[in-house]
Amino acid sequence: MGLKGEAAIVGFVELPAERRTTRPPMTMLDQWASLAAAAIADAGLPAGRVNGLVASGLAESDKLVPATLAEYLGLPINFGEVVDLGGASAAGMIWRAAAAIELGVCDAVLAVLPDSQNVPRSGRAGNVANGFSSGPGWLGASSGNYGSPQAEFEIPYGNVGQNGPYAQIARRYAAEFGYDPRATAKIAADQRQNACATVGAVFAGKPITIDDVLASPMIADPLHMLEMVMRCHGGNGVLIANAELAGRSKHRPVWIKGFGEHVEFKTPTYAPDLLRTPIAAAADQAFGMAGIERSDIDMASIYDCYTITVLMSLEDAGFCEKGTGMRWVTERDLTYAGDFPVNTAGGQLSYGQVGMAGGMHHVCDATRQIMGRAGRAQVADCDIAFVSGNGGIMSEQVALILQGQ
Amino acid sequence: MTDTAAHTAIEREREPKPLPDPTPVSRPFWDALASHRIRIQYSPSGGEYVFYPRLLAPGTLADDLQWREISGAGTLYTYTVADRPTAPPWADAVPQLLAIVQWDEGPRLSTELVDVDPAELSVGMRVRPVFCDQPGGVTLLRYQPDPGR
Repeated sequence: MGLKGEAAIVGFVELPAERRTTRPPMTMLDQWASLAAAAIADAGLPAGRVNGLVASGLAESDKLVPATLAEYLGLPINFGEVVDLGGASAAGMIWRAAAAIELGVCDAVLAVLPDSQNVPRSGRAGNVANGFSSGPGWLGASSGNYGSPQAEFEIPYGNVGQNGPYAQIARRYAAEFGYDPRATAKIAADQRQNACATVGAVFAGKPITIDDVLASPMIADPLHMLEMVMRCHGGNGVLIANAELAGRSKHRPVWIKGFGEHVEFKTPTYAPDLLRTPIAAAADQAFGMAGIERSDIDMASIYDCYTITVLMSLEDAGFCEKGTGMRWVTERDLTYAGDFPVNTAGGQLSYGQVGMAGGMHHVCDATRQIMGRAGRAQVADCDIAFVSGNGGIMSEQVALILQGQ
Repeated sequence: MTDTAAHTAIEREREPKPLPDPTPVSRPFWDALASHRIRIQYSPSGGEYVFYPRLLAPGTLADDLQWREISGAGTLYTYTVADRPTAPPWADAVPQLLAIVQWDEGPRLSTELVDVDPAELSVGMRVRPVFCDQPGGVTLLRYQPDPGR
């Protein structure tokens, strides 16, 4: 079952994350073209060989997205897809691209995630500023449409956004396994150290300590401000190609050896078990498919909207026993120079979260390491990486195993 | 996303708290709440209670859901004290005590805790329903600690 590992990431682009952007507003279509061109140039391959694309929505068009993109880019495609997995979309896009290539229907597939915020606004009254919104922006990933379970059973109780639900997960974790605030704070501090060695990270040059994290404002108890991502501007994209093109590309190919995807619920209230997350099933499938052991992993890029997400993902993906994560991260050095490097470019917590593009940060992080292009943050002899994607509220998760050969 | 800075103070004042709008399938739940009773669905073939209301039983898609009245008593599965509003309509309602309650019959629901000092809350504590009538005839189901238990 699964991938043979015959498709590879051959080029990528990740724009520097910016709190207040210096880049001019561009439509997501324009950004798509620009990021696609950069990823193709990074690989050193001709654009004309691209015959597949995977997206995750466009502000300018909420329907027929692949056709709109193929037309705009002037690249006819044999495979086009929109992935709707929130923060797990990026990792989901990578395996779908690999599958299309291994099936032989595509030679090269683009997976691009533009910045949905830094788009030009129409001056004309009544024009929708952002094609995603069918309601107030604060609804976030919840639907206020009539008949939606969230509109009826979540939103009226203020159960919107991410902070509250993730804090509820952390609170439940504390009741079941105990909670060491210094352990989750250490995740943020170690990742910040990685960001300080990474060009393009929004918090480069601003190291923090565990005490700094614990001294930052409590936003939703027990989560502190520095344990939560900060929304940034940016954008990223990846080119996935077959073995023939990989052999002609400029950099060391990053082969997609295994994946898993598991989706259980939308709202964590209805999780079968709030503390056993879908990444467990996804990781088991990914490792099994790749024929790789947990101990073979040289670096992990773990979706990190919150520190508790990293902690529980490390547990549920099988890097440490359930309930022991607090001690495990305390006893380890999670920096690029450490014994278990995690989020070596800072993660979204310290590189910056570019909305939906945040998930692709982790793919770029692992790709940079395996290609040997991580600069000061380079992990020595980095050949095998684990990448996680997390959408919704620990509700839809994807695991990838990437390998250089 | 962790902030709502894009929203102006004016928007905060204007935006009302959204209320549920029942569907044909969920109507019996909301009608019961309006009379301060709790009715949820039960699937005989699955042998389990179901929440939120559905047309068919989740998991089996059996067409055997029936409405049953429950007391609403349960335990606090988890909660958080949100010192920052989760969205503009709750700007004047902090701290929000967001909670998940597990009914004694099994299912969980999203709710808010009321009439309680946040410092007194603990996961696993017994809670009882508080029926909160809203303008327009809809009633929200909130919770408070049950000192009798």
